[in-house]
Amino acid sequence: MIDAAQAFTLNTLDGTAQAFDGTGPSLVCFVKEDCETCNIAGPVLEGLFKAYGGGIEMVVLGQSGDKNADFAQRHGLTMPVLADAGCKASFNWDIEIVPAAFWIDEGGKVVTKFEGFVRDDWQALSDQIAMETRQPAAQIDWDSLPAWRPGCGSKHFDPEIYDKLRAEADGSVLRARKVEVASGDDVAEFMFDQGFSDGLPLVPPTPERVMRMLAGTHRDPQDVVATVPPNMGVGTVEKIAINAVMAGCKPAYLPVVIAAVEAVCTDEFNIHGVTATTMGAATVMVVNGPVVEKNGMNAGLGAMGAGNRANATIGRALRLVIRNVGGATTGGVERSVLGNPMKYTMCFAENESVSPWEPLHVERGFKAEDSVVTVFAMTGGPVHIVDQTSRKPDQIAGSLGQGLEGVFMPKLHNLPVDALLVVCPEHINTLTVDGDYSKDRLRDRIQEVTSRPLSEMVQDDHSGAGIPVADAEKMGPEKLAQLAPKFAAKEYIHIVVAGGEAGKFSSAFHGWATGAVGSISVSRKIDLG
Amino acid sequence: MTIILDPTDERVPVVRQITERSGSVQGVVGLLNISKPRGNILLDELDRLIAEGAPGVEIRRYTKPTFAKPCPDALRHQIRDECDFMIEALAD
Repeated sequence: MIDAAQAFTLNTLDGTAQAFDGTGPSLVCFVKEDCETCNIAGPVLEGLFKAYGGGIEMVVLGQSGDKNADFAQRHGLTMPVLADAGCKASFNWDIEIVPAAFWIDEGGKVVTKFEGFVRDDWQALSDQIAMETRQPAAQIDWDSLPAWRPGCGSKHFDPEIYDKLRAEADGSVLRARKVEVASGDDVAEFMFDQGFSDGLPLVPPTPERVMRMLAGTHRDPQDVVATVPPNMGVGTVEKIAINAVMAGCKPAYLPVVIAAVEAVCTDEFNIHGVTATTMGAATVMVVNGPVVEKNGMNAGLGAMGAGNRANATIGRALRLVIRNVGGATTGGVERSVLGNPMKYTMCFAENESVSPWEPLHVERGFKAEDSVVTVFAMTGGPVHIVDQTSRKPDQIAGSLGQGLEGVFMPKLHNLPVDALLVVCPEHINTLTVDGDYSKDRLRDRIQEVTSRPLSEMVQDDHSGAGIPVADAEKMGPEKLAQLAPKFAAKEYIHIVVAGGEAGKFSSAFHGWATGAVGSISVSRKIDLG
Repeated sequence: MTIILDPTDERVPVVRQITERSGSVQGVVGLLNISKPRGNILLDELDRLIAEGAPGVEIRRYTKPTFAKPCPDALRHQIRDECDFMIEALAD
């Protein structure tokens, strides 16, 4: 409750604006029509007004919209009853409970204030007003009133009201430009017209929604998470939160989105190139650690889509940040020849509970209890690898290897290009049927089964891709007989486990230009504060 | 009326003027190879044609480390300081 009265202008029951200048002597009381205790205070207020209304200003502020009139009629109120529409005055006067009474002196200082109904407080207030204004004491049958009744919570604490009030308050943490959409305009259409969308409808980022989103992180809204390519826009926590709202995220997802923005905006990941390439690369996010369960992310059946809100909206939020904060619009810096559905969203969690291996984040140097997001630049996928008949570990490992032959195109080998292999639980069962089958052994097996003589990679009439004929002639038969595996090194093969219990279908994402020339996968710990 | 918050970086793009065209080529012409396959073939041919058609023009060759990333600042500044014209070979 405030110590110095604040001015306000609110409408009376007949719709006439009435100003209160914040000075006294005056009595200001907040009430709610459906509050039992306010209804006990109602006759008291009328008694006070009858006794002192000639010498003081007295107003009642109703929080109940159209029902304010019911309250006034029920108690025969003859003093001004003002509508605290939107509860802004309630918020500014910092009340928690109704009824809330403020007795204010000539200078605007709050001399007496209380909430709820304590009969002695109200009677003392009446005596104080009588004494200070030198008027006869109000004729109120105090003995007929209860000694004490708790009040009700002020209406402005309703979440949809409170977040809006906080967002619009003078001291609001929000700094983003407020865009007014005329009442005659459709907000969804307006956002399409402004170019904010990835092609799908957006949730309007109203101030109150953004305030709720920001509650998902302990970080200051104006903290700069990253400068976002290609325009090097300033990616504050607030801007990320706005885009997360539009994507449909819950506040609890925000720390994951923030970590993902940090990860892709590194020089290593090179989101500028990932976005701009005509090859059509997209960010694939893998999430590990306790945040997966906390946010209800999907690592099992249908992990890669669709139907899980966290997976879908976290991936989408990242993409919207790159579009809106970074300025990467399709046809602008975004130059993909065909595009890629992963550019809408591609985010899933690793199924750590069924994996025989260290989770991806532990493999990459984090603690098991850390929550981590890892980003990969991928151009294709998920491409399924179908093998329902292998029963031996080396057989299924071989099939997974052969399934990766399509990266770039089957003829090209020795590729310095990442692949992300997603092994399904049934294939894990086959891999481990005889005991441990390490990730490195799987990588070795992939390299082994994909090894082909260089002679098969020479440009010919079937395909002009590969080793130029002139170069092949210089190499000679012995060199051309050498075997080349699919990948230039086994470190290019990244492996995670995901998927439901049933189905012998693993999958793979095919990489883009990997390494310093293009993109290097990046992991970032998620700050859950 | 609905209020929404601006999801963009709120910057007004700088309007850049295209350098005035003089109608003739003179001074130094830079040829930038962005390191895409066969970009050098195009630039070699341009190099030959410029040398034939404008013998007084000096040609300087530059190479981006990788086509997959923006041009490093140092190289952009070098080209800006050294060249009057720039031809960039983009394609495969």
